Amino acid sequence: MKTKRRGKVVRYNKWGYIFLIPFTAAFVIFQLIPLITTIYNSFFENYMSGLNQIGPTFVGLDNYKSLFSSGDIWTYAKNTMIMWIMCFIPQIVLSLLLGSWFSDVQLRLRGSRFFKAVIYLPNLIMASAFAMLFFTLFSDNGPINSLLMQIGFIDEPYKFLSHTWSARGLIAFMNCLMWFGNTTILLMAGMMGIDTSLFEAAQVDGANSRQVFWRITMPLLRPILVYVMITSLIGGLQLFDVPQILTNGTGAPMRSTMTLIMYLNKHLYSKNYGMAGALSVVLFIISAVLSLIVFRMVGSESRGEAKKWKKAKTTTK
Amino acid sequence: MEESKNNNKVKKSMSIHARRAVAYIVLILVTFFCLFWFYVLFINATRSNGELQKGFSWVPSTHLIENFKNLSAGTLPIWSGLKNSVIVSGLSAILSVYFSAMTAYAIHAYDFKLKKFAYPFILMIMMIPTQVTALGFVKLIKNISLDDSLIPLICTTIAAPVTFFYMKQYMDSSLPMSLVEAARMDGCGELKTFNRIVMPIMKPALAVQGIFTFVSSWNNYFVPALVLQSDDKKTLPILLAQLRSADWLKFDMGQVYMMIAFSIFPVIVVYLFLSRYIVQGVALGSVKE
Amino acid sequence: MRKAQTMKRVLAGLAAATLAVTGLAGCSDDDSSSSSTTDGDSEVTEEGKVLNIYCWNEEFKSRLTDHYADYEEVDSTTGTIGDVTVVWNITPSDDNAYQDNLDATLLEQADADDDDKIDIFLVEADYALKYVDTDYTMSVSDLGLTDDELSEQYQYTKDVMTDSDGVLKGVSWQACPGVLFYNREVAKEVLGTDDPEEVQAYVSDWDTFNETAATLKEAGYTITSTVNDTYRVYSNNVTSKWVEDGEINIDDNIVAWVEDSKALVDAGYTGTSDLWSDDWSAGFYPEGNVFCYFGPAWLVNFSMAADTEGSIGYEGNWGACEGPQGFYWGGTWICAAAGTDNETLVADIMRTLTCDADVMTEIVEADDDFVNNQSAMEALAESDYSSDILGGQNPLSMYCANAGSIDLSNTSIYDQGCTEEFQAAMKNYFEGNATYEEALDLFYTAIQEKYPELTVPEE
Repeated sequence: MKTKRRGKVVRYNKWGYIFLIPFTAAFVIFQLIPLITTIYNSFFENYMSGLNQIGPTFVGLDNYKSLFSSGDIWTYAKNTMIMWIMCFIPQIVLSLLLGSWFSDVQLRLRGSRFFKAVIYLPNLIMASAFAMLFFTLFSDNGPINSLLMQIGFIDEPYKFLSHTWSARGLIAFMNCLMWFGNTTILLMAGMMGIDTSLFEAAQVDGANSRQVFWRITMPLLRPILVYVMITSLIGGLQLFDVPQILTNGTGAPMRSTMTLIMYLNKHLYSKNYGMAGALSVVLFIISAVLSLIVFRMVGSESRGEAKKWKKAKTTTK
Repeated sequence: MEESKNNNKVKKSMSIHARRAVAYIVLILVTFFCLFWFYVLFINATRSNGELQKGFSWVPSTHLIENFKNLSAGTLPIWSGLKNSVIVSGLSAILSVYFSAMTAYAIHAYDFKLKKFAYPFILMIMMIPTQVTALGFVKLIKNISLDDSLIPLICTTIAAPVTFFYMKQYMDSSLPMSLVEAARMDGCGELKTFNRIVMPIMKPALAVQGIFTFVSSWNNYFVPALVLQSDDKKTLPILLAQLRSADWLKFDMGQVYMMIAFSIFPVIVVYLFLSRYIVQGVALGSVKE
Repeated sequence: MRKAQTMKRVLAGLAAATLAVTGLAGCSDDDSSSSSTTDGDSEVTEEGKVLNIYCWNEEFKSRLTDHYADYEEVDSTTGTIGDVTVVWNITPSDDNAYQDNLDATLLEQADADDDDKIDIFLVEADYALKYVDTDYTMSVSDLGLTDDELSEQYQYTKDVMTDSDGVLKGVSWQACPGVLFYNREVAKEVLGTDDPEEVQAYVSDWDTFNETAATLKEAGYTITSTVNDTYRVYSNNVTSKWVEDGEINIDDNIVAWVEDSKALVDAGYTGTSDLWSDDWSAGFYPEGNVFCYFGPAWLVNFSMAADTEGSIGYEGNWGACEGPQGFYWGGTWICAAAGTDNETLVADIMRTLTCDADVMTEIVEADDDFVNNQSAMEALAESDYSSDILGGQNPLSMYCANAGSIDLSNTSIYDQGCTEEFQAAMKNYFEGNATYEEALDLFYTAIQEKYPELTVPEE
C-alpha cells in the first residue's frame, strides 16, 4: 500500500519542505533559540541578587541535584496531577456527554445552538478577572457562605481557600469551567467531520444511540480524542494561572495547591535561569514520557480501529 | 413478535423522553454555570468602589454609566488598547490557523525524508512551557530591536504546535487523500490545491482554532507585559493590570470591573460571529467522499 | 459626588492653613519659580534632550503635570520641559513587571545611547534599598541638593533612601505616617467614650491593645479586621534587619506580631483575610463589626468608602488616635539614575517637588497629599483644620508625632520578599494548617527560592 502511494506522490514531495518553511522559520527565531538557551542555562549557576548578576558559573548537574534533593518537586508534581485529574475527569465526561447529545439526531434537542454557543463563554473571561469574581463569591462573608449558612448547611463561614481539598476543588472547578467548552467544541468539530452517511447507514441497520456513539462516533473521533487527551495533559502539567492568581502565588494552604509551573515561576523571580532551566528540562521530560504513554495507549489503537471502519465503510458501499 | 416489537418501540421512546429530560436538566445547569459569571461581572460593573468594598450584592446599582465615564475620561488609552488587541489577536488567529494548517498539510500529504523527524519534533515543542522560553524570548527580541512592538507577538503564532497538532489530527480524521489526488489529476498546483481544496474542508477546524487563538491572544498578559512599554502599543490586559495597580487616589474597583467588561465585550462579538461556523456545522456535506 | 465635596472642604481647610505657614515663602513665589525655570533652561540646553522617567502608575506624572510649571503635556506618554522631551515609561507593578523592566534597562544603562538612558525612576519603600544600595542611583548631594534644603523632610523618608554608607539616594514629596482609626459608635458602646485621648489609653501598647480585644469580643466586635492590619506597625519598629550577614533573621518584634496575632485569631478577636479583600473592607461599614483599622490619611480619606452612603466614614464616625506604635504606609520616592544626561533638570524636579514649600503647599491644596515638609504639616496641625470623616477631629498632630517617631534604619534589600513570604507562610499557622515551625520552614523555603544567596539560621 505504502510503496504504491509513495511512487505516485514522489514528485510532489518537495512541497512538503516548502510548506514547512514558514513554521520552521518562525519556530527557529522565536522558540528554538530561547529553548536552547534554556537547556544550556540549566548547567549554570546564574541568577540575580538585587541588581547584581551572580554567575553564570558552570556547575554541571548541580541544579538538577538540588532540584531533586529537597524532594519538593515531587510534592508539586503530585499536586499538579491531583488537580489535573480532578479537573479533567468531569471535563471530559461532560464534554463527551454534551458532544454526544448535540450530535445525536434522535434526541432532537431544542435550542442546541444556544447551548453550543454558551458553553465556551467562560473561556472568554481572563483568568485574572475570573479569579477576582471567585474571590468575591467565596470570601468568608461572601454570598456563597451566607447562602450555605441560610440553608443551615454550615454554622459559621467556611474558609474555602484555607483548606487543602476545598482550595484544590475550587481550582479544579474553575479550570474545568473555563475549559470544558473548549473540549466540547473540539469534540463536536471532530464529530461533524464524520461522514453523516455512516450514521444514516447505522440507523437503517437499527442501531441505537449508544451503539452509534460507541461503535461509530468514538472510533472515528479517536484522533481528536488523542489530541484532547494530550493537550489537556500538557495543559494540566502547565497548570499555572488559576492557582497562581487564586492563591496569590503562595499555593496556600501549605503549598498544597502549588503546581510545577508555579514553582518554576518562583525561580523566575530571581531570574534564576539555572534552576528554572533545570526544572523546565525535567518538566519537558515528564511531559514527553506521559504523552508517549497516552499515544501508545490511544494512538496506536486508533489507527487499527480507523482502518477497520474505513474498510467496513468501503465494503458496505 | 408484533407485541414485543411494539413494546420495544414504547421502551425506546420512553427512554428518549427520559434522556431528553436528563439532557435538558444538565444543559440548563451548565448554562447557569456558564452565564452566572457574566451576571456577577455586570453587577459589579454597575457598583461604585465604596459599594464594592461593602461586599457582594445580587442586585445591580446605579453607577454603570459613571464607571464607564470615569474609565474613558481617565488617562488610560482604552481605545488604542482595544485597537492593539484587535490587531494582535486578529492577525495572530489568521496567521496561526493558516500556517498551522499548511504545516499539518505538509506532514499529512507528503512523504519526505525529514518527515519522520519533523512530526515528533513539533510535538515535543508543544511540551515546552511558555514561561520558560519567555525570558529568553524577550532578550532575543531586544537584540533584534523588535521590543515595544506588536510584530513579535503576532509572528510567533506562525509556529503554533498546539494548533498544528489539532489540524493534523483533524486531517487524519476528515481529509481523504483521494480528494487531493483528484485535484492533482485535474492539474491543480500544490499551493492552489491547499488553498482551494484543503482549506474549505478544514473550515470547522479553522474556525475552532481561530477562536481559540484569538481568545488566548486577547487574554494574554504575561509576554505582552514584558514586550510592550509605550502606552500607545499596550493591549487591554496590560491596561487592566495598570488600572489595578493604580495609586490610592485613583484606585477604583468599579472602573476595574468596567474595564473587564469592556475587554470582554469585543471577544464575545467575535465569538458569536465565528461560532456560527461551529454551531451550524459547515463541514457537513463538504467532506462526503 | 459627595466624596468630591468632602474633599473640597478638607482641601480648603488644608490650603488656608498651609498658606498661613508658608506665607513668607509665598512672597517670593514669582521669582523663585521663574529663577528655577531660567536656571533649568540655560543648563538644560547643554544637557540631554530626552528625559526618560520609569514608573508604575500615573501618580508622579500628574504631580509633575500639575505642579512643575514648565511641564507641558504632549500626549499620555510624552511631554516637554523647555526643549527637553519627557518620555514616560509606565509598567504596571503586577507580577513584578515594573522591576523586571527597570532592572533590565538599568543593567544596560552604561551601553545605552544618551537619549535612551533612564534619567529618573521611582521606587517604593519595600524594595527601595535594592536600588539605593547600588551604583545605579545617584547621590542626591551630587545632584546639588544640600542638607539644608532637605532639612524639612521627615527623617524616615530619608532613612528609606539611605544606602549602607549613609549616602542619601532619593527623595519624596510625600510622607504617609499612620494612626489608628476607631469606630466611634463601638468605642462609645464598649469603652464608654469616643474621646481620642481616652480611647488611646485602651490601645496605648500591645498588651493593653490585646486586653481591649477581649472586651470588644464580648460585645460582638473584632478589634481589627485581620492580623495583617497590625503587621506594618510591628515591622516598622524592628531593631534588626530581615537579613544579617547573608542569613535570614527574624526580629523579636516580628515574632511578637506572630504570637500576638495567633492569640487574637485563636480567641476569635480578629480574622486572617488579606488586605484589600472584601472581607477586610467589610468593616468600613457598621455591619462589619470591626473596631479599628491602621493607616495613613489617604486610607481614611480615599479608600474607606467615605463617599458611600451607610459607611462609617460617610457618617463621620471614625476617630483617630496614635495607637500602640508609630508607622507609615505607602509613599513613592524619586531616584536619579546614574549616567543620566539631564542632571540639572533632574535636580530641579527633585528640588521643586520635594523641597519647595510653595509647590508642596500646592500639592496639599490640589491633591490632599500629606507632604514631606515638617514645619508645613506641623503648622497645619495647629490650625483649625478638621476632618468630616473623623467627626470633626484634627488628626494632623498625631500624624506628625508618628511621622517623627518612625525609625527605618533597619531596612534591607530583601524587605519586600521577606514581608510578602512571611505573611503568606504565617497565614498557615494562624489558620491552624501548620505549626509555627512548619510555617517558618515554609518561609525559609520560599525565601531561598526568591533569594538563592541567603542562608537559613541553624536551629
